Amino acid sequence: MISAVELVRDVPFAIGGRTFHSRLMVGTGKYRDNETMVRAIEASGAEIVTVAVRRVNLDRRRQEGILYHLDPKKYFLLANTAGCYTAEDAIRYALLAREAGFNEFVKLEVIGDQEMLLPDVQGLLEAATILVKEGFKVLAYTNEDLVTARRLEDAGCAAVMPLASPIGSGLGLLNPYGVRTIKRRLKVPVVVDAGVGTASDACLTMEQGVDGILMNTALAAAQDPVAMAHAMRLAVEAGRAAYLAGRMPRREVAMPSSPLEGMLD
Amino acid sequence: MTETVDIVLNGEPRAVARGLTLLELLQSLDLDPRAVVVEHNRAIVRRPALGAVRVARGDAIELVHFVGGG
Repeated sequence: MISAVELVRDVPFAIGGRTFHSRLMVGTGKYRDNETMVRAIEASGAEIVTVAVRRVNLDRRRQEGILYHLDPKKYFLLANTAGCYTAEDAIRYALLAREAGFNEFVKLEVIGDQEMLLPDVQGLLEAATILVKEGFKVLAYTNEDLVTARRLEDAGCAAVMPLASPIGSGLGLLNPYGVRTIKRRLKVPVVVDAGVGTASDACLTMEQGVDGILMNTALAAAQDPVAMAHAMRLAVEAGRAAYLAGRMPRREVAMPSSPLEGMLD
Repeated sequence: MTETVDIVLNGEPRAVARGLTLLELLQSLDLDPRAVVVEHNRAIVRRPALGAVRVARGDAIELVHFVGGG
């Protein structure tokens, strides 16, 4: 079966010189168990999968890192700096991740508010600038502010990741105009990260023309994460196809779809 | 009796044998060196060097790996 995206002849999805099949990226946190996580990731069709760097738990008999469950040959592991509140911390985590990992990509988070988990754009720009110089391909989690997004691009980020709404909130795309503006103005890929709650959110987000979406809680906290992962796969593909197809203009008044001629007297 | 030195391992105080290498530390914890990254006094120690670096009193050692995250 030909997919909708193939039908409308999409351009390849490339970040930092690498091309990926799926425009949907998924996280690996908060699943009720590892088997559900693995099945959900499979159902999502995602190729890029995010992971976090944390201390090994020395109290357990056997260590069970994420790599015991996800094949790094099958998935592109994208380490994040989640939980970091300063540029210095984020850089430290990024360096550890590069040592642990399989690539020089990092999803850079520098958080500035504990309740809302919104980015500290000053720390973000500082960390991004240094990490780019260190040879990292930086994907920067930011808000939907155009000026910050432009500065991240100027700093050499491989992708800019504006949020749809706060991390884990599931509130959906709160500022489509802001995200659309960032996409229109930037040359680097724009991947919306965080806040998507259900398939319609993902579809609407892709319809703004962005290059991809990263989500975690929308799958992990769904009643059925595997079924939701399938729905998200379809939604991302549908939204992308609709964007490429070009929607009809909005009208304030109705226009009949059936001919006016040929009506009976 | 083996002499021990006090270090801080993943934020917790711990006594380990004097002269222990980082590689031996991992082995004593039943950790696969390929699955863990070692930070020794804030500097990353690459895998090939783990057998050459010895633990000293007061060292801060962090052992990290990848876990689920978004």
